[in-house]
Amino acid sequence: MRGAVLVLRAIAAREALRFVRQRERFVAALVRPLVWLLVFAAGFRAALGMSIIPPYQTYVTYETYIIPGLCGMILLFNGMQSSLSLVYDREMGSMRLLLTSPMPRWWLLVCKLIGSTLISILQVYTFLVIAALFGITMPLAGYVAVLPALFLAGLMLGGLGLALSSFIQQLENFAGVMNFVIFPMFFLSSALYPLWRMAESSEILHDICAFNPFTHAVEMIRFALYAQVNFGAMAVTCAAGMVFLALALWGYDPARGMIRRKG
Amino acid sequence: MTPRFILPALFAALSVPTLAQAEEIWVTNEKDDTVSVIDTTTMEVVRTIPTGERPRGITFSHDFSRVYICASDSDTVQVMDPDTGEILYDLPSGEDPEQFVLHPDDRHLYIANEDDAITTVVDVVDRRVVAQIDVGIEPEGMAVSPDGKIAITTSETTNMAHWIDTETQKLFANTLVDSRPRHAEFAKDGRELWVSAEIGGTVSVFSVSDQAEIAKINFAVNGVHEDRIQPVGFEFTDDEKTAFVALGPANHLAVVNAETYEVEDYILVGRRVWHMAFNTDKSLLFTTNGVSGDVTVVDVAKRKAIKTIKVGRFPWGAALRP
Repeated sequence: MRGAVLVLRAIAAREALRFVRQRERFVAALVRPLVWLLVFAAGFRAALGMSIIPPYQTYVTYETYIIPGLCGMILLFNGMQSSLSLVYDREMGSMRLLLTSPMPRWWLLVCKLIGSTLISILQVYTFLVIAALFGITMPLAGYVAVLPALFLAGLMLGGLGLALSSFIQQLENFAGVMNFVIFPMFFLSSALYPLWRMAESSEILHDICAFNPFTHAVEMIRFALYAQVNFGAMAVTCAAGMVFLALALWGYDPARGMIRRKG
Repeated sequence: MTPRFILPALFAALSVPTLAQAEEIWVTNEKDDTVSVIDTTTMEVVRTIPTGERPRGITFSHDFSRVYICASDSDTVQVMDPDTGEILYDLPSGEDPEQFVLHPDDRHLYIANEDDAITTVVDVVDRRVVAQIDVGIEPEGMAVSPDGKIAITTSETTNMAHWIDTETQKLFANTLVDSRPRHAEFAKDGRELWVSAEIGGTVSVFSVSDQAEIAKINFAVNGVHEDRIQPVGFEFTDDEKTAFVALGPANHLAVVNAETYEVEDYILVGRRVWHMAFNTDKSLLFTTNGVSGDVTVVDVAKRKAIKTIKVGRFPWGAALRP
């Protein structure tokens, strides 16, 4: 047990170290959602208010609407970036060192996930503080209630990154992940526009959005920011997280997964 | 006291709060021909009462035993028992009554008859027309000074505020305001008169003593085209230091400092906000949003919309029943 905690602490510390050393990564992770918030939302011009959907009790501006989606964006990009670092680790050989630990492999991977999720959460809170400085605030209880939601969503998206990283052979291939995973996941979700608006233009697009686990992660965060629980979204996020983690474990299993072929 | 008596006594004690009259906001729904009654504690519609056609202005008698409703398309002012929701009788009102105001004497209603360019004065006790005063074209906004000596009618097309001496029931002054004045209120113990101009996009403030304009308030909501900024109803806080102005299709309330006449804030509410009413302690403000068919509740201290309640179609007037 003590060993397991030691591993968690060591891996989390390594993530933190990487985070501290790569300050530009932290800035980049914040600039991205802030550009969306301050430029895209301003251009969208929904000053007249969005239609009321749960959990909102009244009309909200577009800036307020996209806050949960942008929190999700930070988690999504960080989850992918952390998996990118795994590919790098594998190329550099430090992965082999990590995987030779006597601790079970699944625990090593979970530790990696927890470490990167905690860093993402820190970035989300920084983003929320900046948003509050621009006058976009949530109920006080929401800032506390969102913590477990961010953790769960972070684990799910990190799990996806982990699973993907086990199938990516080279760092260069990661650009494909950007095009084929991150962007579709982000745009085909409720992060930028409510699903009813999607349904107005295309039922198929709406169904894809409703199927996208990122939509559920965003909705879970949205409800949590208003101190409410969206049990459906939470269940889907949990289930998707478990599937991604299982895939990652399979991928990193030396006997079965891709790792065996890559050597 | 034996248990046989204790139990009923206990039940009686427990049932007292439910018997007590809950504070309510009454909202007229133009298109549904109904009144929606909102409980200010639960913030839910607790009753929907049918009225005459196209109900707009709504006000209570001073003892709250009667509610007066302008049923514009029925060409009448209806008098309702607020407990039962029953229409007791109609008052003669002239054609197309849109807004009205109850004189401090609790007896005379000053009614704007939009189609006839007339202000009708009705005695609600004798149920008869006391006077009809010719005013500008399409009169709408109505106000009466706290001392009851002056009544105001604003005419939408003539773009004027008409000053009526309530003793002689005659006009004694007319002042030009910006395009389509729709609402008027006296402020600061009757020393000021505020008039909103819907198309002009302004609120003019007049000194009552000499009917001179002392200030004009302009509005600008970030991201909203100026054509959409159409001030209509407004209300003052108890200390009269702050006014809340409904900006119509701009979907916002403006928060105006009533001492400096500066706009301090804008609050997003529902679509096409018309009028509003406070709860008793003026901690909450309820706005009627015509197009979205709902009422937005604003926390007055925080200047934030906290909830929007669905009511009937095209809600228009609002009044408090404590």
